[in-house]
Amino acid sequence: MAEQVKENTVTLTIDGVEVAVPQGTLVVDAAKIAGQDIPVFCYHPKMEPVGMCRMCLVDIGYPVKDRNTGEAVLNEDGTPKIQFGRTLVTGCTQVVSEGMVVVGYSEKVQQARKDVLEFFLTSHPLDCPICDKGGECPLQNLTLAYGPGESRFNYDEKKKNLKHVPLGDLIFLDRERCIHCARCTRFQEEIVDDPVIGFYNRGRSLEITTWSEPGFDSYWSGNTTDICPVGALTTADFRFGARPWEMLEVASICRECPVGCNLTLNTRREAKSGGKMVVKRVMPRQNEQVNELWICDKGRFGYHYASADDRLTTPLIRKEGEFIPASWDEALSLAAEKMQAAGSRLVSVAGGQLSNEDYFHIGQLTEHLGGKAVLYSNMMGGDLTTKVGMGPGSNLADLGAGDAILVVASDLEEEAPLYWLRVKQAAERGATLIVANPRATKTDRYAAHIIRYEYGQEAAAILALSLDRIGDSDLADESFKQAAKAFAEAENAVVFFGSEGTGMAQSDALSKACANLLIATGHTGRPNNGLVGVWDKGNVQGGWDMGLQPSATLFDDLKAAKAAYVVGADLAGDNPAYKQALAQAEFVVVQELHHTATMELADVVLPAQSFMEREGTLTSGERRVQRYYPAVPPAGESKADFAITAEIAAMAGKELESVSAGLVFLGIVGKFKDYADLDYQALAEVSEQWPIIGREDLYYGGTGYANHQGLGVLLGTAAGRGEPVLIDGFDLPDTGVDGLLAVPVTRLYDQGNNLRYAAVMFPRIASSYVSLNPADAAGLGESVVVELNGFQVEVALKLDENVPQGIVVVPRSFGLPISAPTPVVVKN
Amino acid sequence: MAEQKVTGHHILLRHRDIPEIGEFEVYTAQGGFETFKKVVTTMEPEAIKQLVLDSGLRGRGGAGFPTGRKWMFVDDNNWPHYLVVNADESEPGTFKDREIMSKNPWQFLEGIMCSAFAIGANDIYIYLRGEFWQIAHELDRQIEKLHAESLLGEKLFGTDYALNIYTHLGAGAYICGEETALLNSIEGIMGQPRLRPPFPPAVGLYGKPTVVNNVETLANVALILEKGAAWYRSFGTAESAGTKVFSLSGRVKKPGNYELPLGTTYRQLIYEYGGGIMGDGKIKGIMSAGASSAVIVATDEVLDTPMAYESVPSLGADLGSASVIILDETVDMRWLINKTIDFFKHESCGKCTPCREGTFWMQKLTTRIASGDAGEADVELLHNVAKNMQGKCLCALGEFSTMAVASSIERFSEDFKV
Ligand SMILES: Cc1cc2nc3c(=O)[nH]c(=O)nc-3n(C[C@H](O)[C@H](O)[C@H](O)COP(=O)(O)O)c2cc1C
Ligand code: SF4
Ligand code: SF4
Ligand code: SF4
Ligand code: FES
Repeated sequence: MAEQVKENTVTLTIDGVEVAVPQGTLVVDAAKIAGQDIPVFCYHPKMEPVGMCRMCLVDIGYPVKDRNTGEAVLNEDGTPKIQFGRTLVTGCTQVVSEGMVVVGYSEKVQQARKDVLEFFLTSHPLDCPICDKGGECPLQNLTLAYGPGESRFNYDEKKKNLKHVPLGDLIFLDRERCIHCARCTRFQEEIVDDPVIGFYNRGRSLEITTWSEPGFDSYWSGNTTDICPVGALTTADFRFGARPWEMLEVASICRECPVGCNLTLNTRREAKSGGKMVVKRVMPRQNEQVNELWICDKGRFGYHYASADDRLTTPLIRKEGEFIPASWDEALSLAAEKMQAAGSRLVSVAGGQLSNEDYFHIGQLTEHLGGKAVLYSNMMGGDLTTKVGMGPGSNLADLGAGDAILVVASDLEEEAPLYWLRVKQAAERGATLIVANPRATKTDRYAAHIIRYEYGQEAAAILALSLDRIGDSDLADESFKQAAKAFAEAENAVVFFGSEGTGMAQSDALSKACANLLIATGHTGRPNNGLVGVWDKGNVQGGWDMGLQPSATLFDDLKAAKAAYVVGADLAGDNPAYKQALAQAEFVVVQELHHTATMELADVVLPAQSFMEREGTLTSGERRVQRYYPAVPPAGESKADFAITAEIAAMAGKELESVSAGLVFLGIVGKFKDYADLDYQALAEVSEQWPIIGREDLYYGGTGYANHQGLGVLLGTAAGRGEPVLIDGFDLPDTGVDGLLAVPVTRLYDQGNNLRYAAVMFPRIASSYVSLNPADAAGLGESVVVELNGFQVEVALKLDENVPQGIVVVPRSFGLPISAPTPVVVKN
Repeated sequence: MAEQKVTGHHILLRHRDIPEIGEFEVYTAQGGFETFKKVVTTMEPEAIKQLVLDSGLRGRGGAGFPTGRKWMFVDDNNWPHYLVVNADESEPGTFKDREIMSKNPWQFLEGIMCSAFAIGANDIYIYLRGEFWQIAHELDRQIEKLHAESLLGEKLFGTDYALNIYTHLGAGAYICGEETALLNSIEGIMGQPRLRPPFPPAVGLYGKPTVVNNVETLANVALILEKGAAWYRSFGTAESAGTKVFSLSGRVKKPGNYELPLGTTYRQLIYEYGGGIMGDGKIKGIMSAGASSAVIVATDEVLDTPMAYESVPSLGADLGSASVIILDETVDMRWLINKTIDFFKHESCGKCTPCREGTFWMQKLTTRIASGDAGEADVELLHNVAKNMQGKCLCALGEFSTMAVASSIERFSEDFKV
């Protein structure tokens, strides 16, 4: 091994510092490793070099070799003789070689940097005082470091250009500030494969434009504003919002999907907000094992719900039909009394975006009172991921040639954008990607094998993939067999299962089939092998880990409830049937951030803190436990969910930690085997990541934040501990219907409660619709009435060739009550 | 432009010796396509490459790279291979390729067909500047004719060799004459140069090994293969074999294309063939390679310098595509550099900073200087800007754009005195 490392390593000298780097490393990256500065604009460590900006010019010398002997020629003092090239070389395109000498501090190179900056500045508007990037701008910083102090360009001759070009609803372009580095276009093309922006025209008239309708149609657009080395790209959300140096940074975790992207919340106290501390923007925080340097636009722009004006700020008690503000004591003792009285007829429902500490307490309290704690999710299998999940030492970035990834029942980019990106990249590194889904999705582009089963047949399809069952399947064509073989023979294999078209019954069968496949093919208990749930909410895995589970009988449970304790879940908003059920429950306690349809049905309302106002931990789909931190003071009298639950518990005779999330976590560590090795402090540990980014040199990686607050820890699994893992037998769900079948699917931009507050995103959120295959749409107009689960809703009709015949695709959280495949009638 | 007749010894402009050679029958009556048949049926690609290398043929597109050597760089472990013919001819002052393609098309076509065989290509793309659409139409008809004559298509002459030719029109960008921008343009992406290395013979069109050669370069090939390397070397100088079509323009009495052996002197070209300076005025300067050229002060010594790849550099310029633009005493160098910079500013692709910004800046400066509104400091600044661009650009265009400017200020300082 040591030998090999040596063989693949190249030693070179950069401005006097000797450094050994892997073969194939670019000079600019080697400089970064050596701790030396080679300024760049167009180069970005995540993208192929293009050599466009010419900022990275350096002098490069090579050891002289004797032509005949091949021996190094030495100077008189015995040092190797170095031959420098005639011209400077772009360090971003030059690969290192043994004995290379890179010079950046020579007069010639310094002059070149000055010249290149001068060229940039001839066309730059220099409106730093009103530029969003000012203060964190690579052009500004590098000009200060290397640039000329004065302009020799005649100011009147500057080219004027448009300064507020909406590339789309979310991103604005300032054409005067653009330095034509193509980072944005390359990001869209190379990294996220949405080539919807590009250059138009040429020379000094070269300009960025969008090709898509609507403009800049991509879930990733915000990232381009981070890596744009000037203030040319700004977000509709943050532009002119604050100066970078006024803001503090607080580490957080996104909970919009199960990926758990690491975030930095930028806050400031401002007069505009009545002297309050507010979050001004959400930025990615580097975690190369989770989100690298990126986040999706939902994570970036969807945070406004947490600070909305209609936040609940005091407890409320319903008196004679009206909500009356109450003291915490009054509200808590009423809630505690009713919940205690309910005993086994207490139903606690916990939403999918709560923290582990909240779930833990809800579980503890409910158990103490003898009630039933329900995790509000329509997916099953969270117990299986604890058995055969990915496990410590895993990193999706390690998957490549020889490995296999199966994505089943998931439109992955819609359900968990960063998983989609990581899977795409693994496929590009050579991993065999198998996509099994009834409809075409963007993931198909990278698939080696595509399996199209019928909605409802997901578990059967996966069962068939295990080689001993393959003969049973009518899907078993050549490609299917190859897929099965590739999966079985893969060195490492990971299965992502989502919720495309599934309800609880389907999800239960599917997750078991997936676990079964992994066990049958020996892909468990090792790093980079196992099952990942693409959960329907951000911390569903955490809920399962804390012992909560979804309930297939939730309607009936609620109807029969003597007390319902609903935390962070808008049951009534999601489905009128729940509304009816809750209306029948005798007493309803709702713990929420703001007004919801469910809250309208409450007898007691308890105001909860948003994730920006408190701390805690979340567990991602890969089962990485990550910490987040308080960024702003709580709204009104609101309290953290776990604290509220603890106070109810105290009144009901159960002692639970009510102040410190860290202490609650200690309880978790004590109770759950998988968490036994964890420690709240350790979750905050970091180690060096590549690329090295940071605030000091943001020209290199972009404006994103280095991670100083924790990379999180991957949980162990039962299989990893060598415990025997058995999967229960299960029934394949029957979905045969006469007529049309409605199936639920997930859209990233939905009409759910979170995005209801993200005004910048409204233009990007579709109005309510269903999609049908054109062949099923004879006689139907553009607007249709959908009869579903006993309710009628009027929505737009979209025709889509990708929808199989006989199927009505119904997006979740778009005003149509659907939680499982259901017979449906569509009429004018 | 009057067509100049210098009869009897043309290799490329053979239509000047043999009228109607543009007719298929006339060309074949001269033995046309016999070489192609011989090549496909009896020769090994390696032998052809060696023969072309031995002939001393160098690229006529500007850089003068030995053609045989370029062909030998083609990566034989990666298939298919492509031949791309550079017919973009956009350098101001260059107008030779159009004459070859329109007047002596069959020889050109036979040349590219033999070349394709040599590098193992089954497809040839001829990339023409958009304004050459008429030539492209003609070529399309001629390609059809070759198919009809079974000189193109599958299983040529009963062998397994298949060959097709496609014409592709550009959209009027000078930069698309640069070989990698040209490849991008064929691929339908933006016409901007690629990073080199890798060079096209390793990674070219659609990522496959590709030879890009100029029209004139390849128009020589059939005759070289017919008559041999020694025959070709009997023209020109030791390092610059063969003849070259010199596009003569500017302040001369008889501008036009002249095919002359390399090594002919400027004096011969300008006075013997070009009829001397208009109005018998005094020659002032020479641009040896179109607008991309440094301007040479036309001294007696310069006029007696042979036009060859090895000798022009001693004058502080290059032979390039040999588009010789003559300047006489009526030409104000301030006007001249303004004209050239207008061109380069318009043609810069914008990909790299020094060229995108530098040409724009120089255009502003030269405009002021040409209009007489500028002071000495502006001239100095202009010179400095040009110098600062040098050695920093991504492709040669940026470098080209500084040539006339820097050399004019350095060598014709009188014109810039305020
Ligand atoms: C800006 C620029 C423009 C060019 N234009 C042309 C052109 O119009 N025609 C041409 O044959 N070569 C042109 N070249 C040279 C080509 O890049 C390439 O070197 C040539 O086609 C190779 O053919 P050859 O080896 O036969 O000369 C240009 C180069 C540059 C940098
Ligand atoms: S908008 Fe920004 S990232 Fe895009 S090319 Fe311009 S400067 Fe670069
Ligand atoms: S990918 Fe998921 S976790 Fe990441 S920012 Fe988007 S919604 Fe949040
Ligand atoms: S030198 Fe000019 S033409 Fe060449 S890549 Fe740079 S901007 Fe484009
Ligand atoms: S050219 Fe190297 S960083 Fe732009």
